[in-house]
Amino acid sequence: MRRTPEPIAWTGHVLILAVACIFPFVFPSPFMVNFGVLALFYAFIGQSWNIAGGFAGQLSFGHVVFFGAGAYASTILQVRFGVNPWIGLPVSAVAGGLVGWLIGYLSFRAGLRGSYFALITLAFAEMLRIIANSVEITGGGLGLLIPAKPSVANFQFSERVGFYFLILVLVTVSIAIAIWLKHSRFGAQLAAIRENEDAARALGINVFSEKLKILILSGALGGIGGCFFSQYFLYIDPIIVFGVDKSVEMLLVSMIGGAGTVYGPLIGAVLLAAISDTARVVTNIQGLSLVIYGGLLILIIAFLPNGLIDLIQRLTKRRPK
Amino acid sequence: MDSTILISAALNGLLVGGIYTLVASGLTLIYGVLHIINFAHGSLLMMGMFGVYYLLIKLRLDPYISMLIMVPAMYAIGYVLYKGLIGRFSSGKDENILLITLGLSIVLENLALMFFKGDTRTITVGYSDTMVELGPLLFSLPKVISFFIAMLLCALLGLYIKKSNTGKAIRAVAKERMGARLVGIDVDRIFAISYGIGVATLGAAACLLMPIFYVSPYTGHVFVLVAFTVVVLGGMGSFLGAVVGGLIVGLTESFGGLFLGESLGQIGISLIFILILLFRPQGLFGARG
Amino acid sequence: MLAVNNLTKRFGGLTAVDHASLIVPEGKIIALIGPNGAGKTTLFACIAGFLSIDEGDVQFLNTSVKGRPVYEIARLGMVRTFQITQPFSRLTVHKNIAVGAFQRYRHRKEAFAYAHEIAQQVGMGSILELPAAGLTVAMRKRLELARTLATAPKLLLLDEVMAGLNPTEISEIVDVIKDIRAQGVTILLIEHVMQAVMGLSEYLYVLSYGKIIAEGPPADVVRNPIVVEAYLGHGATGGDSGHA
Repeated sequence: MRRTPEPIAWTGHVLILAVACIFPFVFPSPFMVNFGVLALFYAFIGQSWNIAGGFAGQLSFGHVVFFGAGAYASTILQVRFGVNPWIGLPVSAVAGGLVGWLIGYLSFRAGLRGSYFALITLAFAEMLRIIANSVEITGGGLGLLIPAKPSVANFQFSERVGFYFLILVLVTVSIAIAIWLKHSRFGAQLAAIRENEDAARALGINVFSEKLKILILSGALGGIGGCFFSQYFLYIDPIIVFGVDKSVEMLLVSMIGGAGTVYGPLIGAVLLAAISDTARVVTNIQGLSLVIYGGLLILIIAFLPNGLIDLIQRLTKRRPK
Repeated sequence: MDSTILISAALNGLLVGGIYTLVASGLTLIYGVLHIINFAHGSLLMMGMFGVYYLLIKLRLDPYISMLIMVPAMYAIGYVLYKGLIGRFSSGKDENILLITLGLSIVLENLALMFFKGDTRTITVGYSDTMVELGPLLFSLPKVISFFIAMLLCALLGLYIKKSNTGKAIRAVAKERMGARLVGIDVDRIFAISYGIGVATLGAAACLLMPIFYVSPYTGHVFVLVAFTVVVLGGMGSFLGAVVGGLIVGLTESFGGLFLGESLGQIGISLIFILILLFRPQGLFGARG
Repeated sequence: MLAVNNLTKRFGGLTAVDHASLIVPEGKIIALIGPNGAGKTTLFACIAGFLSIDEGDVQFLNTSVKGRPVYEIARLGMVRTFQITQPFSRLTVHKNIAVGAFQRYRHRKEAFAYAHEIAQQVGMGSILELPAAGLTVAMRKRLELARTLATAPKLLLLDEVMAGLNPTEISEIVDVIKDIRAQGVTILLIEHVMQAVMGLSEYLYVLSYGKIIAEGPPADVVRNPIVVEAYLGHGATGGDSGHA
């Protein structure tokens, strides 16, 4: 049973941001900076899932669909049409948002909720994967390669740290959005929809419209994540950006960290990146980190359904037990 | 297009569809009785297929023969999984159990990745390349064998559910949980049995699929969507629906590949799934609401 | 304020509500009573837009609301509670009520302040920070009431708000309801608890097998032999349970 956690004071937010800013200077090695980028990246795409799944209760199993839409939109523009890659950022947001609108409109019109909604998002992601795998403009199964030309104007940073601070900005924006949701009328209505759609409707909330709005926002964020990913790794293909793995990761970091909380995805992401990097260094067995993570998901749902944030707050006695 | 190609595609689709029916029947049984959507269905099948693979490699057991081991083994695994994990949450929120089975599928898939590595594996047996002739048409023998065994098992399963005492208890619980409890049926045991049977069908399906397909840690994904599509198309909890749905999905896959090519052809299944959920969520034979 | 004309609702072959008509004048408390299974909650659901209407019409504030979505009707000022309470379980009492208040105020501060006021009005001022899931049945009923009240409704549809309450709780909630009416809110309620019905309402409608069989001031209605027969005719088993 969740009790309302005390809101973190503004000093808390600033402190966390400050720590994140200092991080790459305290740990400047390429390994650590990469860890930082990955952790923040997962935090960002996790937050994209979280605002729809955690805040509004619209769990999706195919959230990668927004990610992939953004990744392909910005990459195609860049690679096929020579458009400046920074334009890709807003374009990917629009692409993700559009897909969010489409899926939301169709699914919510049909009254899909809960598990059915989760599954249909999976089907949409799979459908887009197949399309991306089959048409020329996306490079089909071979994917798209972005030529490496490191320069800020080209949305590629010669120093990894550049990417770190970019993703930090994005994460900060996503956290700001989450904080806004926690305090706004919109957010309260989403919480009501999450808890009990029919009761929300009976109070005058236009459930369809609110769900659609949050899915569009969630999609836009997911799309931006796709754009960032493309610029960081310089290669995308249907499996990477429309495959199930990213969907799972977006869901996992939020659920384990704490769905519906502001910092849940960040906590989950740091943990995932840590487990992933540690596993890779220590044993190099592929799949180990996700076994741990999957097991964690089960444990969390079983014993700590409000996520690790709940545990942290209980331990630091932020609120009475 | 040549009519033989069309007929060949149709019949091949039906042959594979029969196996899909078997896979889906387990899923629909689990849903019908426990009202849970078993997201781990695909990865459990994948594990089963690895089991068949290793039984062949290590013990030189023909996959069809190893059904005698696989089916009871998978039944036991399913039973234990229910008792140890799933059962604790099957009365909670719908989404929680979905997430638990998702977690299970993640664990299984990545365990497979850890132990078996990412490569795909196929098996060859003496009769792998044998063809069956039907007029001008040729069919792979393993495919034909698998189809008939799948249909036989579905029929047996249907008979078991209809006639046996346990089967009647299962139907009672599926229909009216509280009432069944009141009449003295050990509902929790029936849940475990049902989940066990659901997983056991995967053991059988694994044996039928290995001779004609491949396995890798990722095949779970492939089959999850297929299984869900069959069940949603046929109607959640409907056995007849699983049969009809399986055949339709098999046909769709086959024709999709024929007309749209190998890559785009796969889209038929996701499309069916989406369209059914949007326009007729109860499927062909399911109950409304 | 509310005029229901010949409302008919069928489920397949069953006519759940059969040409029911009723009027709720502004500022009054009107009660809808009847044996279990008579179709009372179905009628409510039709009026508030949760179920489609097969025949007939509903006029609220002189406009037809037939076929309008639930949330629109709620925003017009007709809000209902549920027979089985539907709290926002993981939210606090305060936030639950604030969701309602957000229909009236756009800003968090004002909405929460108004919610606080409403909470105190219904006697929940001391348990604002409790999660709704942990409340007793009586408190949940009050929360439901508070939440709908916070939307500043013109007409409140209360569905068996006293079910499951003990006599003390019933008299407490009767006072709360009287208070609400005193503020100018019109009320239409479904109720089984006769003392409450007699004490609160000024006019009764009796529903049996989907038809309005009697109406009038409470004192007259309870003496009406048709009404008595509708209730007693169901015998010792009490008829279908759980449906209204």
